[in-house]
Amino acid sequence: MFVSTGTEETAAPTAATARDAVCTVRGLVRTYAVSRARRASRRPSLRGTRGTVEAGLAATPIRANDGIDLDVRRGELFGLLGPNGAGKTTLVRQLTGLLRPDAGSIHLLGHDLVRHPDRAARLIAYLGQESTALDELTVALAVETTARLRGLDAAAARTARDAVLDELDLGALSGRPLKRLSGGQRRLACFATALVGERPVLVLDEPTTGMDPVARRAVWTAVDRRRTAHGTTVLLVTHNVIEAETVLDRVAVLDQGRVIACDTPAALRALVADEVRLDLVWRQDAPLGVPAVAALRPLAEVSGRRWTLRLPQDRARAAVADVTGGPAFAALDDFTLAVPSLEDVYLALGGRGTGLVKA
Amino acid sequence: MTVVAAGPEQAGPGQAPAPAPLAPRARLWPSLAAVYRAQLSRARVARIPLLFVATFQSIGIMIMMRGVVHAGDGEAARSVVAGSSVLVVAFVALNLLAQYFGQLRASGGLDHYATLPVPPASVVLGTAAAYASFTVPGTLVTAATGCALFHLTPAGLWVLILVIPLAGAALSGLGAALGLLAPRQEIATLLGQLGMSAALLLGVLPASHMPEPIRWARDVLPSTYGVEAFARTLGGPGATHWAAVAADLCVCGAVGVLSLALATRAYRRAACR
Repeated sequence: MFVSTGTEETAAPTAATARDAVCTVRGLVRTYAVSRARRASRRPSLRGTRGTVEAGLAATPIRANDGIDLDVRRGELFGLLGPNGAGKTTLVRQLTGLLRPDAGSIHLLGHDLVRHPDRAARLIAYLGQESTALDELTVALAVETTARLRGLDAAAARTARDAVLDELDLGALSGRPLKRLSGGQRRLACFATALVGERPVLVLDEPTTGMDPVARRAVWTAVDRRRTAHGTTVLLVTHNVIEAETVLDRVAVLDQGRVIACDTPAALRALVADEVRLDLVWRQDAPLGVPAVAALRPLAEVSGRRWTLRLPQDRARAAVADVTGGPAFAALDDFTLAVPSLEDVYLALGGRGTGLVKA
Repeated sequence: MTVVAAGPEQAGPGQAPAPAPLAPRARLWPSLAAVYRAQLSRARVARIPLLFVATFQSIGIMIMMRGVVHAGDGEAARSVVAGSSVLVVAFVALNLLAQYFGQLRASGGLDHYATLPVPPASVVLGTAAAYASFTVPGTLVTAATGCALFHLTPAGLWVLILVIPLAGAALSGLGAALGLLAPRQEIATLLGQLGMSAALLLGVLPASHMPEPIRWARDVLPSTYGVEAFARTLGGPGATHWAAVAADLCVCGAVGVLSLALATRAYRRAACR
């Protein structure tokens, strides 16, 4: 199923948009045989498939990607959003030449990456989720070695290393091995290795995991600098809704190996614009003796003491008045009323996974 | 940085625009040197305690064997000293390297190299060369200690300059191949340990005391030829059959080429599936 929510996708692609497309993916399918899927579930780099793997340990193979279509435009910061197991990592592993698709096509900057997966490394800088190859190196040597392996000569590699360490403010950590750094610092050092030896396309798999706000800002500033200066296209994998809403130009929402929506974050949120999200947190048990509260109970998604309700605006206003005005207020610990997020879009479009992060 | 255009997919007029230029590939020797340097630097962080273990293990075995083997030139004393020295190479180059590649593969660490435009051979050879280099101090210390313990002539120790890289190539190629081909990390560790145990039992004990089938097993183990080459020189330069030493070293070198080629193929297979 390919749900197209934007206006551009419904129109026939013009010559201009075709020229503008940096990456075109059509009908991409990747299936894991059960024995391999079991193995894959042990690999942290493929842990995205774990949810579906455990659900389907019977003889049926698991379709981690089930007919994916995507168009990523030049200079765009394009996101792949979905919970763990949605197929995001499987998709980028095919884009980067690490996995071969069972069917479908991938064209990147005019190159057929299904026929020539080796070209991916010469077009893309990839930041994966794992750093075990670099863990015992110092930050400076990890960056310099990666630059050398991206084809830079010794002098250019040293210059690129110094520039990127300076840019990300990693100078003070440059002599320390990655394994002795905190999770966020290590992630930033790995991000530095993705930046040396400029590539026209950056593929970043959850780059800001574990980072503090300062490091996150450094990452997005560095990304923006490359987009402005070189027109770099960025493909970002994330399960963080807030990050997706604030940094992305466009986002494809993935669920169970399929793209269920693809548009700008604002356009996607407009799909559920007539709804608002009401979170109620009770001090102890919810006061179900109050009729207004009892009426809300069947509509709520309950998680411990927290009730989450997605309601039309007028209904939400009335519910807030009910719980804050009457006897229910004494039992109420906290409440928030929020405009819908991409998580609400994901659920409204029929997304069945849980695990999207708001942080 | 030079930029090389891709040849085969040039588009004609009216079609999609020409493919974007591809960044150059990293060349074999510079990237091999970069991997070697990076791997050597890991010794400071993680490897030094293990290198001590490798050396103490070999020296411990020699001290133990000194209780049952007489000092002075003889087949048994030579076997113990040469076998224990080459055991250091087997411990590091075969066992630790199998574990390293097994762990790298299981954790997804190979992705880092596989998404860089680097020849597979440079990753395998650079890492194998670094692991072979780790064995140099331990092997020299073990050999010198063994000569002192068993009253053997240390004049032939220089032959280790050839034995370490050639036996190192054979054993590290084998270790890398085992680590990359094993379906699971635990099996890579197990195979590495078994390889080292075989090098210990079949290298340290004199061949003439072994039953025939065990001797065949000894003959197919690559470390045997390193042990033999070194053992032949321990009687002093006058008593050394140099042609046999050269033949043993040639076997080590040939096995090294084959096992490193196998490891490179295994790396390709492991990196992209």
